[in-house]
Amino acid sequence: MPKRTDIKKIMIIGSGPIVISQACEFDYSGTQACKALREEGFEVVLVNSNPATIMTDPEMADRTYIEPIIPEILAKIIEVERPDALLPTLGGQTGLNVAIKLVEMGILDKFKVEMIGAKYAAIKKAEDRELFKSAMKKIGLDLPKSGLAKTMEEAIKIAEQIGFPIIIRPSYTLGGTGGGVAYNMEEFKIIAETGLSASMESQILVEESIIGWKEFELEVMRDVRDNVVIICSIENFDPMGVHTGDSITVAPAQTLTDKEYQNMRNAAIAVIREIGVETGGSNIQFAVDPKTGRMVIIEMNPRVSRSSALASKATGFPIAKIAAKLAVGYTLDEIPNDITKETPASFEPTIDYCVVKIPRFTFEKFEGADPTLTTSMKSVGETMAIGRTFKEALQKGLRSLEIGRYGLGADGKDVHATKDEILQKISFPNDQRIFYLKYAISVGISIDEIYAKTFIDKWFLNNIKEIVELEKKILKYKSINKLPIKLLKQAKEYGYSDRQLAFLLNTTEEKIYDFRKQKNITPVYKLVDTCAAEFEAYTPYYYSTYDSEDETRKSSKKKVVILGGGPNRIGQGIEFDYCCVHASFALREEGYESIMVNSNPETVSTDYDTSDRLYFEPLTREDVLHIIEKEKPEGVIVQLGGQTPLNLALSLMRANVKILGTSPHSIDIAEDRGKFKKLLHKLKLKQPENDTFYSVSEGLKKARVIGYPVLVRPSYVLGGRAMKIAYDESDLIEFIKTAVAVSPEHPVLIDKFLEDAIEVDVDAVSDGKRTVICGVMEHIEEAGIHSGDSASVLPPHTLSTEIINEIKESTRALARELKVIGLMNIQYAIKGNIIYVLEVNPRASRTVPFVSKATGVPWAKVATKLMIGKTLDELKINEVNVKHISVKESVFPFARFAGVDAVLGPEMKSTGEVMGIDINFGMAFVKSQIAAGQNLPKSGKVFISVKDGDKREIPFIAKKLVDLGFSIIATFGTASVLEKYGITVEKIAKVGEGRPNIVDLIKSKEIALIINTPLGKKTKKDETLIRTTAVERNIPLITTISGAQATVTGMEVLLSKDFTVTPIQDYHIRN
Amino acid sequence: MKAIIALEDGFVLEGENFGAQGERTGEVVFNTSMMGYQEILTDPSYKGQIVTMTYPLIGNYGVNDEDYESTKSHVEGFIVKENSSIYSNWRAQGSLEKFLKKNKIIGIQGVDTRALTRHIRTLGAMKSVISTKTLNKKKLVDIAKSSAGLVGRDLVKEVTCSKKYIWKDGKSKKFKVVVFDCGVKHNILRLLDIYGCEVIVVPATTDAQKIFDIEPDGVLLSNGPGDPSAVFYLIETVKKLLGKFPVFGICLGHQILGLALGGKTYKLKFGHRGGNQPIMNLLTKRVHITSENHGFAVDMNSLNKDEVEITHINLNDKTVEGMKHKKLPVFSVQFHPEASPGPHDSRTLFEQFIHSMKKAK
Ligand SMILES: Nc1ncnc2c1ncn2[C@@H]1O[C@H](COP(=O)(O)OP(=O)(O)O)[C@@H](O)[C@H]1O
Ligand SMILES: Nc1ncnc2c1ncn2[C@@H]1O[C@H](COP(=O)(O)OP(=O)(O)O)[C@@H](O)[C@H]1O
Ligand SMILES: [Mg+2]
Ligand SMILES: [Mg+2]
Repeated sequence: MPKRTDIKKIMIIGSGPIVISQACEFDYSGTQACKALREEGFEVVLVNSNPATIMTDPEMADRTYIEPIIPEILAKIIEVERPDALLPTLGGQTGLNVAIKLVEMGILDKFKVEMIGAKYAAIKKAEDRELFKSAMKKIGLDLPKSGLAKTMEEAIKIAEQIGFPIIIRPSYTLGGTGGGVAYNMEEFKIIAETGLSASMESQILVEESIIGWKEFELEVMRDVRDNVVIICSIENFDPMGVHTGDSITVAPAQTLTDKEYQNMRNAAIAVIREIGVETGGSNIQFAVDPKTGRMVIIEMNPRVSRSSALASKATGFPIAKIAAKLAVGYTLDEIPNDITKETPASFEPTIDYCVVKIPRFTFEKFEGADPTLTTSMKSVGETMAIGRTFKEALQKGLRSLEIGRYGLGADGKDVHATKDEILQKISFPNDQRIFYLKYAISVGISIDEIYAKTFIDKWFLNNIKEIVELEKKILKYKSINKLPIKLLKQAKEYGYSDRQLAFLLNTTEEKIYDFRKQKNITPVYKLVDTCAAEFEAYTPYYYSTYDSEDETRKSSKKKVVILGGGPNRIGQGIEFDYCCVHASFALREEGYESIMVNSNPETVSTDYDTSDRLYFEPLTREDVLHIIEKEKPEGVIVQLGGQTPLNLALSLMRANVKILGTSPHSIDIAEDRGKFKKLLHKLKLKQPENDTFYSVSEGLKKARVIGYPVLVRPSYVLGGRAMKIAYDESDLIEFIKTAVAVSPEHPVLIDKFLEDAIEVDVDAVSDGKRTVICGVMEHIEEAGIHSGDSASVLPPHTLSTEIINEIKESTRALARELKVIGLMNIQYAIKGNIIYVLEVNPRASRTVPFVSKATGVPWAKVATKLMIGKTLDELKINEVNVKHISVKESVFPFARFAGVDAVLGPEMKSTGEVMGIDINFGMAFVKSQIAAGQNLPKSGKVFISVKDGDKREIPFIAKKLVDLGFSIIATFGTASVLEKYGITVEKIAKVGEGRPNIVDLIKSKEIALIINTPLGKKTKKDETLIRTTAVERNIPLITTISGAQATVTGMEVLLSKDFTVTPIQDYHIRN
Repeated sequence: MKAIIALEDGFVLEGENFGAQGERTGEVVFNTSMMGYQEILTDPSYKGQIVTMTYPLIGNYGVNDEDYESTKSHVEGFIVKENSSIYSNWRAQGSLEKFLKKNKIIGIQGVDTRALTRHIRTLGAMKSVISTKTLNKKKLVDIAKSSAGLVGRDLVKEVTCSKKYIWKDGKSKKFKVVVFDCGVKHNILRLLDIYGCEVIVVPATTDAQKIFDIEPDGVLLSNGPGDPSAVFYLIETVKKLLGKFPVFGICLGHQILGLALGGKTYKLKFGHRGGNQPIMNLLTKRVHITSENHGFAVDMNSLNKDEVEITHINLNDKTVEGMKHKKLPVFSVQFHPEASPGPHDSRTLFEQFIHSMKKAK
């Protein structure tokens, strides 16, 4: 059926900020959808609050609303835009849930908007665990025993019937939000309660546990003519009980016979038909009993999902793009397969390699977080690796993770654990388990015993064993010259990195690399082509492997290699992918061939049509050098992919690779304390007093000289890893211990901590001669809260013009001195009109996409063009003075880590960000808060408890709240301060001071908003309890006084004004 | 132990032997199914062929007693990237390696199967030899060159049953079906049985009179190996049966039917072998994902348009995948509705056959 002509304008909803379980994959899918629909001539209206996305680039849609994704605001946009249709299946769970609300509120009916892709009834049937269950029974599919509960009483009754352990699974959530495994009634009650409140409909499934069964996923597509195809099968390495998002997963399924696979395929087809997803992709999960083969269905996601992104990258089949085309009426056979050109999309991809996805965790950032993996997702990102064998792909994947490992151990980082420790570590799933499996095999624990503890399929375990056996063989030779060539080849085929071999053979990575080249042991590149070479492939999407035939094509065009950012983690996320994608666009505009290297399957950068060539590879010296030697580019861009490529800059330069833009020497100056100090001195710029030390005693001495509080941290880290404020000597001693452990090769840095300073972020571009300020952002929270975590405002809302000018002048001076070509980011702290330089990053920063959206200038693109020799004058780039206010707010994963204190500090903890944009500061701020998920109240009780330092400011805030109609409740200390100012305060006991105390009130939802600033030094237990309870109950929590001020200003606006919505295209015209 | 695969055009790959040892010639082809190696190995249609699996990890789930498509393996050789050293599946009863040994099939692993596939794709299926005996590459290429090849060769004779037999206990069934065994896959027989047929399997050489004597409700022409035009005896038999019984042809059976209807067949460059082939039913415009395994095809233009209607085409290369007689209850498909391995999308064709027998009764 050809494309529908009765619809012209289509609305797409994005997934909002990056959070655990909803990451870049929805930018990837949304971007594909926007492109596909516009290619077909449809007008696209896009809504997404996340500025760091490619989809919110003004060119991607006709009208782009960077607004909070809540029904009220969407209703407004619909009223203005009057779209004919709404495509809800590409924006993750957020998009889907808000679409359901829009239907239920009657908005879609009122404005005659048709839901395309999946209809309301189908979404309900898939997402409502009860409807789903009965639908599955109807088509004869087996499910684990379960019951549905809407209240705690019901839940307990079902739990008693089923018996422990029990799985709790809320409806309408993803990433296992609010779910979990309960081994006893006590645990059950806690999880059930969070589950009930996490679910949009307050509904949970209480289910029999089938932990240890094999878990599988199928990615299914359907068109209006009821043609159904399976795009990919995925087998989980970690069996049932670990969320698929936290599992190592493998495509295709490895241990199913055709009979079993077809049985699953038939079931999947029956499911999509029964649920009635009209067109598009769905993800269907199954579990199989390893003893009997009994198959049960776990769930269906009636939308494009994280797994669809993975499946798209794993097969080369662009699920989201095709889903968008199917939604507007095409059938699968009418859409060509881009890769083969001649064959249609109505087929099932077949692959001739093995794909391994490995999740990336960041438990080290959350003190007290439990690293046990359960049914609720905890990973913040993932990498994917492709190899011709599972062994190769697994090792490539592990070295892509950016956790300092270079494969499955054998890299000098292996832990020497006792057999008991090993058995203990493998007997529950955790982020380190993969390495402990290796240790288990190394110390001779049998596969059967490991299986009995883990239920990880023996096929996987045996592959690990083969990797370990080879390690033992190699180890015998002690030197690379003695190692038989055949063994070296086999090691490379097994995915061993040069780093690992260097460790095993007592030499350096560089020596192994050179030795291999001499012996002609280099990788070949093969194509990801959807068809296992049955047809010729036209899209150059490559992976490396050690095999005989290389498929790269020679090209005589000028080329540039862009190094991507690897897996998402806290501190390095979608923002850097955004920059890399822009680099690719810019290069193509300038007639260069762009070559992308990255290992993150969620991203737009790894879409095969973003760049002229895509290498899906780990970002290590070895893997990158191989590509560079094959492609012979003009140069390599390292400054846009965050710290990952930046860390490679020097070693690449030493290998005679041309680094485009700012020289690695300048990068080194900026990152090296001593050199940097000299530079600032030369420019007469100030820096907080600081020093470097190598031992505890030296540290204590230097701290005394500088004066407490001080900030300590290891050098060369991003995201403020292990950065701590020490208020006194005992703090310092404790912190040095953890800090030094992080990075033993590097000394510890110590800074005077500037209390109550205003922090400012500046992004600038320079062509080596002239520097243009992209944007100056004033942080809402004071210095001391990591720049990635604080809210910020562009343009600054409290700084004087003099200060701003001085900041700009310093920035230009630094750019000039560092000979910056491309982007640069500087963080300043302003205290008492003195400007201190906190940090200079001679690379693109996290804020580049935000500044680009705020100013309407694609700064990463500009920077790329500068790197290939254009000048700012040629590009006609000048500073932009915006008239509207843009606020960036961060979102945090605290709700995922039970018991972790939701307090901010110099170590970054946020996973993503949103943008609020308006002509009024209060409104822009409120929008950013709502978009970030803070349910700012319009009335009710506000609990206030602040540290002494904040007691000067708090009365004004409280007063305003009272004027706005809120009542105040406080603990005794804060209450007595407020009363002095004539504010009526209800007093409440702290924890341990009697009942009901404040935590009781939070639990019973009597508190609408919490302002709680932690004591500078160690936070007290009960304070932590207040905050963790607030996070659990999703009650808005403000932990800084400056945040409270801004919020109250915002709430004032919220109460007096209605939201207005404006597409960014209009803001940019105004400037 | 070293093993080599050499093609007639001089393309040679070296790998490690697994399974049996020795030397065998055959046409080298590739199959893109990611699962189902046991079914492929036991499908008689692969007689005369050395099969390369494009999926690199083979042997993972072992072999079992249930997934045989005939009583033994028929391939001339088996080429994989990596044979799994263990197997893991609740139904598994033994390893692939043992199976190959028992069936005297030479396996090679550790070769760049993708390079081989690309070679075949660009230059076509070729005569080849697999060996652990001769390790001189030039010699092997000569052996490949002088081997028989498939064109004009009747391989059906080598795989058809020696005498008539009844599949399972065929009593108290609604329909009596005669299956011409050209190398029939057991799943065709299993499905006929499930759909309520008494299944009488006869050698491909059985003459028409014997069929009349059986008085079946329908006739099924099975899949099988090699060049259909070499199976002239069956073509002649089918000509006599047309109009007398409903006829259903599958794969080689479809080609034989095409020839019996006066059409021509030709050899495809490298054929279709895999479980992901998109077939469009031209009558319903629906797309089915099917399992395929053929190197020859019916020439669309050779058929009499007044008599025969094309019902299915392959969407990848638009070749004929199914046809039906405009007046008689006679139809056939090039792909495998019995799957095994592969998707079950087109199972309904068996129902169609049952329906045509019902109508003819
Ligand atoms: N009955 C069960 N027993 C054991 N594990 C389960 C059960 N049901 C689900 N799981 C595990 O929980 C994970 C998350 O469940 P799922 O319903 O898929 O949540 P979400 O919708 O958030 O993805 C699954 O990936 C699976 O590993
Ligand atoms: N001397 C200081 N005084 C107060 N706050 C500081 C000081 N140095 C750093 N910070 C805070 O710590 C955060 C992280 O420090 P920064 O050097 O930017 O590390 P990163 O490399 O992780 O971005 C800053 O955003 C700022 O809020
Ligand atoms: Mg799930
Ligand atoms: Mg910083």
